[in-house]
This record gives sequence, C-alpha cells and structure tokens, in this order.
Amino acid sequence: MGSPMKIRAAVKDGITEVKVLMGHAMETGLRKDADGALVPAWFITEVLAKHQDKVVLDAQFGTAVSKDPYLAFRFKGGVKGEKVSVTWLDNKGDTRSDEVEITEKV
Amino acid sequence: MYTRIILTLALAIPCLGFASDDKSADEIAKYREMVSDGNPAELDEMRGEELWKTAAGTKNASLEKCDLGKGAGMVKGAYAELPRYFADTKRVQDLESRLLTCMTTLQGIPEADITRKPFSTTSEKSNIEGLVAYVVGQSKGMKMAVALKHPKEKAAYEIGKRIFFYRAGPYDFSCATCHSENGRRIRLQDLPNLTTNIGAQRAYTTWPAYRVSQGLFRSFQWRINDCFRQQRFPEPVFGSELTVALTMFLAANANDAVYDGPAIKR
Repeated sequence: MGSPMKIRAAVKDGITEVKVLMGHAMETGLRKDADGALVPAWFITEVLAKHQDKVVLDAQFGTAVSKDPYLAFRFKGGVKGEKVSVTWLDNKGDTRSDEVEITEKV
Repeated sequence: MYTRIILTLALAIPCLGFASDDKSADEIAKYREMVSDGNPAELDEMRGEELWKTAAGTKNASLEKCDLGKGAGMVKGAYAELPRYFADTKRVQDLESRLLTCMTTLQGIPEADITRKPFSTTSEKSNIEGLVAYVVGQSKGMKMAVALKHPKEKAAYEIGKRIFFYRAGPYDFSCATCHSENGRRIRLQDLPNLTTNIGAQRAYTTWPAYRVSQGLFRSFQWRINDCFRQQRFPEPVFGSELTVALTMFLAANANDAVYDGPAIKR
C-alpha cells in the first residue's frame, strides 16, 4: 500500500509545475544492517504521472534514486481544478497512487 | 617597489582566507536552498497529522482534545509559544513532554511504552517524532513568543541557562564551549552562538528538522540529546526537567524570530 505522497501542482501561464515527494525506503540491496546482514533491495521501479487521463510522465526509477524521492516536472496545459495523479510501482509489486487538484500559482 | 609588493601581499593574504570561508558558507546556503524544496519532513508531518487524528490507546481516543497551551485541540501556533507553564500538570513543559502527558492521560498509553523508543531509526519510525513534525509545522511562519511570566517559567529559564554553562564530563565540556562565540565551526558546520539573540533565533527556528545524512526527521529533544552525547554526558530521561529547562532557555532567546521549521539539515 505504501505511505501517502505529497503532491503539489500549480499552473502559471499555461504551464503546470508538479512537485512530488514520495515516501519510500529505496534500499539498494547493497547496504548492510547492524548485524552485517544485507538489507534486501526495495525500490521504486516505475513512476507514472497523469493529467486527467493523459500520461504526462512515465519514468523508470532504480537504486540510484535517493530515499524519499523528490520529483519535480512541468507540462504544457492544465487548468485550475483539473486533476494530476501520480502512481509508483516498486520491485516488491507494491504500488501507491495519489491525486491532487491543480491550483493557480501566485 | 619592494615595499609595494610586500604591502600588496600582506593585504591579499587575509582577504583570501576570508573569501574562501565566505564561499563555503555560500555554497552550503545554496545547497540548503536547493534541498529545502521537497523536504521529506513533509512526509512526517502527514504521518503525524494522521496519528494526531487517529484513536489509540486503552481509552481509544485521538489527540484532538490535547491542550498544547492554546486550548484543547488548538495546534496552530502552539509550538511558537512552547515551552510554557501548564496549570493541570503544575510544571513547565515543552512539546515532547506535553505530548507525553496527552498520550498518557487522554489515550491511556503507558508512559514506558512511549519513552522506550522515542526516536526514529531507519527500520522503525517513532510516533512521537511524527507528532512533533505535525505540530511544529503548524507554527511555520509565526513569531516565536515564549512567555516568561509565570515564576516557574522564569525558574526554568534560569535552570536552562545554568545547564548551558555547566561544564562536566571527561572533556570538561559545556554547551557554551561550542556555542558561545561567533564565527566558530566544526568542519564545515557553522556553530551558532546561542547566547546571542540572532544565533539562538537562527538555530531554534530551524529545528526540529530532517537530517539528510541520517535520512530521518529529528525532534528537538533528539537534538539536545545529541549535544549531550557529544559532551559525553549520560542520555537524559525523555521529557525530563533538564531538557525542558534547556529548551526554555533556547526558545526564549529566540523570541521574536519567525519560526521556520520543520527544516532540512545536512
């Protein structure tokens, strides 16, 4: 199920800026715990962002991405009140989706 | 001719030293600005809000009736006025010790269960640190206004001041050893002079914070414990009079500054 994401989406002059903060351990599988045992790999493999029903970003993530990843991107279009959704999928098959309404950037 | 060269050199050398110091501080400031957008502490704030509103404990109650000093359930701006004297417990409390009171009295969670693991680890996040993140986030942008009116509040401040200057331990350290002079630093970290208003304000308004190097959100009590650890002092009891008094001293010195936490640190 994963922990909730923090998403902000704001539109200005026809360009929507989306900022996403994902809560994820992003274990590389190379780190050892206090007992010297390997911590199993556990990381996000795919991130998909949609504006309404249209895909605006499709990314493949790997172990090089930090813990609690932060992702910011822009896309053309977007009107106040429309929806932006972000979904991630990790290597354990866990997934999480969150959605926000676009606000007007001041 | 010679004198001119010597003079130029003499002028240039101290300037060089100064410029590189300034530059590294600038670079750190730039780095802080870059990472402040998308501070993972926001995830802890969300987690804390959920914990605040969820019923728990033997009394199956949420913390929505918890009085942080501005009335039951009033979270907005509460942290900017803490620590303060609470009439119901008859003592001065900081945020962590007050949360402890609320969790034991309102929710019926035994104190030992809460204080066993008050700080997050990579494998297990602490509830109390989540709650701290939520509560302090609700004071962002507000002016620090710790009252020193009640005699016990004044007493706490004085005790805190004594602790700050108290030298002990194998290295004969006090908080003041590192934090009472301007322009000091450990490696690349500037050490704030906590005896001045500006130093205390800069430090206090940016804690609690997310520590990038640990990948965790850290409460103010954790920060104080870490200072004691570096002084080779024993670890204080969670929510003890000692840490509350020290927090009172620092918080009151930071009065009138705009609170800007939860922040993000190296």
